Amino acid sequence: MRFQLTDDQEALRTGVRELLDRCFGPEVLRTAVGAPGRLDRTLWRTLGDAGFFALRLPEADGGVGRGLAEAVLAFEEAGRALLPGPLVATHLAAGDVPGAATGEAVVTAVDGGVVEWLGAADVVRGDASGAVPLHSVDPLTPLHRVPGPVAFGPAGGVAVLLTAAEQLGTAARVCELAVQHARTREQFGRPIGAFQAVKHLCADLLVRVEVARVAVYAAAVTADPADIATARLLADEAAVRGARDCLQVHGGMGFTWEADVHLHLKRAWVRAHRGGGGTQSEEFLAERLVA
Amino acid sequence: MDLSCTPEEEEFRARLREWLTKVLPTLPAAPPPDDWPGRRAYDLGWQRMLYDAGYADVHWGASPTTRLIFLEETERAGAPYVGANFVGLLHAGPTIAAEGTVGQQARWLPPILRGEEVWCQGFSEPGAGSDLAALRTRAHRDGDDYVVSGSKLWTSHAEVADWCELLVRTDPDAPRHQGITWLAMPMDADGITVRPLRTLAGSAEFAEVFLDEVRVPAVNRVGEENDGWRVTMVTLSFERGTAFVGEVVACRRTLTELTRTARENGRWDDPVLRRRVGRLDAEFRALWRLIQWNVSEAETTGGVPGARGSVFKLRYAHARQELYDTAAEVLGPDCLDLDRPWVLDRLSALSYTIAAGTSQIQRNIVAERILGLPKGR
Ligand SMILES: Cc1cc2nc3c(=O)[nH]c(=O)nc-3n(C[C@H](O)[C@H](O)[C@H](O)COP(=O)(O)OP(=O)(O)OC[C@H]3O[C@@H](n4cnc5c(N)ncnc54)[C@H](O)[C@@H]3O)c2cc1C
Repeated sequence: MRFQLTDDQEALRTGVRELLDRCFGPEVLRTAVGAPGRLDRTLWRTLGDAGFFALRLPEADGGVGRGLAEAVLAFEEAGRALLPGPLVATHLAAGDVPGAATGEAVVTAVDGGVVEWLGAADVVRGDASGAVPLHSVDPLTPLHRVPGPVAFGPAGGVAVLLTAAEQLGTAARVCELAVQHARTREQFGRPIGAFQAVKHLCADLLVRVEVARVAVYAAAVTADPADIATARLLADEAAVRGARDCLQVHGGMGFTWEADVHLHLKRAWVRAHRGGGGTQSEEFLAERLVA
Repeated sequence: MDLSCTPEEEEFRARLREWLTKVLPTLPAAPPPDDWPGRRAYDLGWQRMLYDAGYADVHWGASPTTRLIFLEETERAGAPYVGANFVGLLHAGPTIAAEGTVGQQARWLPPILRGEEVWCQGFSEPGAGSDLAALRTRAHRDGDDYVVSGSKLWTSHAEVADWCELLVRTDPDAPRHQGITWLAMPMDADGITVRPLRTLAGSAEFAEVFLDEVRVPAVNRVGEENDGWRVTMVTLSFERGTAFVGEVVACRRTLTELTRTARENGRWDDPVLRRRVGRLDAEFRALWRLIQWNVSEAETTGGVPGARGSVFKLRYAHARQELYDTAAEVLGPDCLDLDRPWVLDRLSALSYTIAAGTSQIQRNIVAERILGLPKGR
């Protein structure tokens, strides 16, 4: 047992981070926020070219031939960067929707009563008939509400896990943002991070990230449904609670549109609704205990 | 990333499982929680059985993965926990293994492993709890001995211990962290008075220890004189990093048991309770993964667990309290009856956010040593 990233996995993580820095850095993020609802097709193809969607497709089928662990690392980076678009649905469609693997096609899916990016998608998986647009809380994720009973995406576990990986990315990022701010912002003649109330917020941020990280990585190794449910619960908590605490550490600045914190929080809320949400995972784990 | 075990490790697991099935039914009944001499005998007896069967050194001799398998399997089988051997096996032992001389290792480690000697921890004092470096128990050199005077507080199992890992101030003029020395003090030396303290759970599991001109041979010093703070950090990193590991498995077992009870008494129909239980299951699963991660990391970097142990300790302490609060919900009014299962555990769990460094102190450690935030007051 060596439950640590391999050198290859480290390299992949660094590679994805650098790619996203180049093609979706802070400037591009700002521009995207200024023009909400438009999916950047060039970016999508860049992701496709880099193998983001074809990561788990066998090499024989033109894919990259990597596993769930690598996909989780890539999605964690996507979460960090606040990369917009129906990333999970397109990744999951890479094997059977033409063009998905290369990023030529944008694929979305009906999941838990909503569809993300319906207007921009070339292919919708699931029944989206009668969908009505919502005024999405996340400026970078257009949403439609689908009438009728709530149905979950076809991909089940893997979709939930990749979403948890994105949440982990957000959680890690907001922890960094909070710590950076706590180190530099001064009040009462010293960095606010010297005050214990702030310090303890930051410590709790990190603890949640670390626990979520091992849960997500373990689920990527085992692909066990209970591990995936665990990963989602811990990652949702780390992202949502983390973004709120990060906002708190930023004070008034955290409440402005200019700081990125709100974007992380809003995206974390959107993701927390995918695949049935935390309630379903809690009930699933509880039932497993009595089984 | 890999979570699988090697064939040798799986074989170890199978052998251990088989052994446990054979020996556990032969164990005598466990003594009542407040009978410390009884518990000492019982816990040492169990350690001796482990020793004879070749399992004694799993806590610091074997590979970390083997150790995790040991903890999983013993807990699953309902085997006794380390109990009175806690300090010896889980922090004094590893500290001596890491910092002691060859002679010290030969003197102290085998008796711990064979279940012959019990250790206690004399770190805290009336004026030095969270602020451990404020300790004032002093020692001066007299010939081949240190002469120690002062008092220690909250010393668990002091009444039944043979040895004490003791922190003393050997240079009162040096800066706080520099004048400290780590000694192994025999508990039968002249000048030691142990006054049991009653805990809120009703038992006398810890004590106040008064030291009046106690002579401790200088060869019992682990590390250099006045370099005890560094050795202490090693001890604390074991205490926070690995000492609670086995209990996570126990918590998962408790969670399963309380689920069964909730099914029987109808509480399981409450979705709020079910959700809480589901979340706790996720919590303990994730804590086990954190252990696997930390252990793998320590294996890579070599030995002593780092500040990351505080991440585990912090999260675990709260999860454990939440577990027994949930058990109380399952029990309903029976949670007020000390004779019911989990009620005493609920009381003991209150110590988890205090002992081995309070949650506030763990947060300071995480913030300052891992995140690099400035030190404050
Ligand atoms: C069951 C049990 C067993 C124990 N066994 C042993 C043992 O065997 N050997 C041993 O040496 N010790 C033992 N201890 C002692 C334990 O390590 C101390 O109780 C603990 O470190 C806290 O110290 P204190 O009790 O003096 O509390 P204090 O340090 O007085 O703390 C009181 C409160 O103030 C807070 N506080 C203190 N300083 C700060 C700070 N800088 N920032 C924020 N908050 C702060 C604390 O978090 C706490 O909430 C045991 C304790 C318990 C409860």
